Amino acid sequence: MTLSKEPRRDDDGLPALLHTELRASDDKGAKGPAGQRLIHAEATSRPLRDAMPEPQPRGAKIHRHRPIDHNEAARRFIDAPHHEKMHDERLWDLRQKRDGQMHAIPEWEELRELASEIKQHTLAHLGDYLEQFETQALANGIHVHWAQDGAEHNRIVHSILADHGAKRLIKSKSMLTEETGMRHYMAGVGIEVIETDLGERIQQLDNEDPSHIVVPAVHKLRSDVADVFAKKLGTDPRNDDVHYLAEQQREKTRPLILDADAGMTGANFAVAETGSFVVCTNEGNADLSANVPPLHIASIGIEKLIPRIADLGVFIRLLSRSALGSPMTQYTSHFRGPRSGAEMHIVLVDNGRSARLGEPEFWQSLKCIRCGACMNTCPVYRRSGGLSYGATYSGPIGLILDPTFDRRRYSSLPFASTLNGSCSNVCPVKINIHEQIFAWRKALSESHDISTSKHAMMKVAGVVLSNPRLYRAAIATAESALKILPNFVVANPLNSWTRRGRNMPNPVTETFHQWYERTKGGKEDRL
Amino acid sequence: MRVALFIPCYMDAFETEVGIATLNLLRRFDVDPEYPFDQTCCGQPMVNSGCHAEAKATEELFVRNFAGYDFIVAPSGSCTHQIRCHMTAVEQTEEVRQVRERTYELVEFLHDVLKVKEFPWTEFPHKVSYHNNCNALRGIYHASMSERREPPYSKPLDLLRMVKGLELVERARPDECCGFGGTFCVFEPVVSVKMGQDKVRDHAAAGAEYVVSADSSCMLHQKGCAERLGLPLKFRHIAQILNGDRA
Repeated sequence: MTLSKEPRRDDDGLPALLHTELRASDDKGAKGPAGQRLIHAEATSRPLRDAMPEPQPRGAKIHRHRPIDHNEAARRFIDAPHHEKMHDERLWDLRQKRDGQMHAIPEWEELRELASEIKQHTLAHLGDYLEQFETQALANGIHVHWAQDGAEHNRIVHSILADHGAKRLIKSKSMLTEETGMRHYMAGVGIEVIETDLGERIQQLDNEDPSHIVVPAVHKLRSDVADVFAKKLGTDPRNDDVHYLAEQQREKTRPLILDADAGMTGANFAVAETGSFVVCTNEGNADLSANVPPLHIASIGIEKLIPRIADLGVFIRLLSRSALGSPMTQYTSHFRGPRSGAEMHIVLVDNGRSARLGEPEFWQSLKCIRCGACMNTCPVYRRSGGLSYGATYSGPIGLILDPTFDRRRYSSLPFASTLNGSCSNVCPVKINIHEQIFAWRKALSESHDISTSKHAMMKVAGVVLSNPRLYRAAIATAESALKILPNFVVANPLNSWTRRGRNMPNPVTETFHQWYERTKGGKEDRL
Repeated sequence: MRVALFIPCYMDAFETEVGIATLNLLRRFDVDPEYPFDQTCCGQPMVNSGCHAEAKATEELFVRNFAGYDFIVAPSGSCTHQIRCHMTAVEQTEEVRQVRERTYELVEFLHDVLKVKEFPWTEFPHKVSYHNNCNALRGIYHASMSERREPPYSKPLDLLRMVKGLELVERARPDECCGFGGTFCVFEPVVSVKMGQDKVRDHAAAGAEYVVSADSSCMLHQKGCAERLGLPLKFRHIAQILNGDRA
């Protein structure tokens, strides 16, 4: 077997994380307080070092009617080399840990197949399972609401809160509420929302979207977090020690949690058979959000259903291994009904999901369990940062989800991929992600949602490449060849090829075709 | 056995030597391929950009050129993947189906069809970093993939291990994409070049003198990145090594 030749530490053989951000200054294999070995990048720490930290690059610029310019945002991210390098290495580290977990499970590929089949079956009978789930949940004493879209979801949540006179809502991480823009909506109606997931809280305080499904502030250096906390929480701006920052945040946020009127969670899985739902976290913050206030609201996308509690084990075994390369999350919390004296509400949200289910080429994206493995492995994502996609979902899964929300704005995203296929290989539910990216390009081209210049260039390429005489003329010189040849076809190919640090291919004096013609395929050279 | 040789457009334009090496290598095995003279391209540039309708005429031309052969051999995993898996703009007649099925990438043809066991004329006493094109790897399965739990294998490395003196080096990220990505390298030049720089640095850090691949397209991009960074890497197509090039 070919083992990775990544540099290893001399002392313990663990992968050497190259970026100083990821290593403690006194790191000897990073030991925890009890002497145990800490292998997660997040666990290592070192005190303040840079007096002039690199400013954090911000995400894609949003223009209402223009497609996202991913390349432009990626350029700003890559031009911040500390951020780019840390981001690439931190996520590659997660990918490697995921590989380690995979190799420890002989039946890994069978598990993926099983998970995929369970999801496919559930989606094929989604109406039935949703009805079963609702019936069971009602029987468990849960209030069940249905929301057609994000706006309706926000209104429903607001009305539940209003009914209880709730003014402060604590919540755990939920991509669905990012989809619906709930935080923004609640600010408009005077409800204070407090994120309890640390990464999500950092992003909230910085007024920035999460850049990753699982690790929402992964694009930030600790110096960025120190800046945000100094401004918003009054911490020491010169102290970027992660333990200090985490502790300060905890001290400032914990009283808000204890005083909250209502709590909100998402759900990783909703079990039709039992009418219960499951939330997986590493910080225990979902349990605080659900169990401290007297009112618990869970926002659940309709694709989160699984048929039976017995099916859950398949997904639990895959989820955290794929996401973070850990065997499972610290907390796997089952919610089956309200506590005595408390209320529990579920809002089941469609927001475009049932329409997607009807699309033969794209329904598979509904199998997604939001592990983020495709983002961790994606070489484009790692080098451009999640915010460069300018969308709720970034990385490979974002490329195939985002256009279903706003076809024009996200029409450029399926082109932010090399179609290398690594994403499909790591997907724990076997979504054919890169094939869907490919299919999206076709769909967007057919509906004229790709740029007119790109389309025009492809028309020219199609004419030239289907006509041997035109083609011969075009490739006669390297310069004209670069103008017409496939991989180089844009308005200004030479510029694009060379501007960012790449030399031009060398021109040849004779093409293969000319050589073959002159020498009769080399046979006359021999004579 | 009637065999046709397909020389992809970028190889025709920029890599005459690789085309000649491929032809001569096949002749060493008594395969004397024909070179259909009106060939141009497999249609991938348009298809890769989503413009399938614009690829139709090119695909039709390809089929006209290559119909009727027992094997079509192309020294490119990427083009082979396009033909085998994505050539769907053209109407799917029996003839088209046959052309698609009978197209083999060079390594596959040597490994799976000719089942070559030795290359006695070869010697390449250098440290080599082998680059798997992503379509060759994850599209037509040249080798096992690092993301999957599957028995390890590699068709190109099987062949290169028969070359006297050739020493393979291993990179930190064995099958990370180099950022070429067809039209990606033009529409997303910033990420493309960063990925290319990281890739060639990985080759260099592994101690490679030569980068070898079954796909010239990735290497054109990587070569451009390595030259700009001043890395002393040399790039060769696998056909050149297997045909006996010594440097």
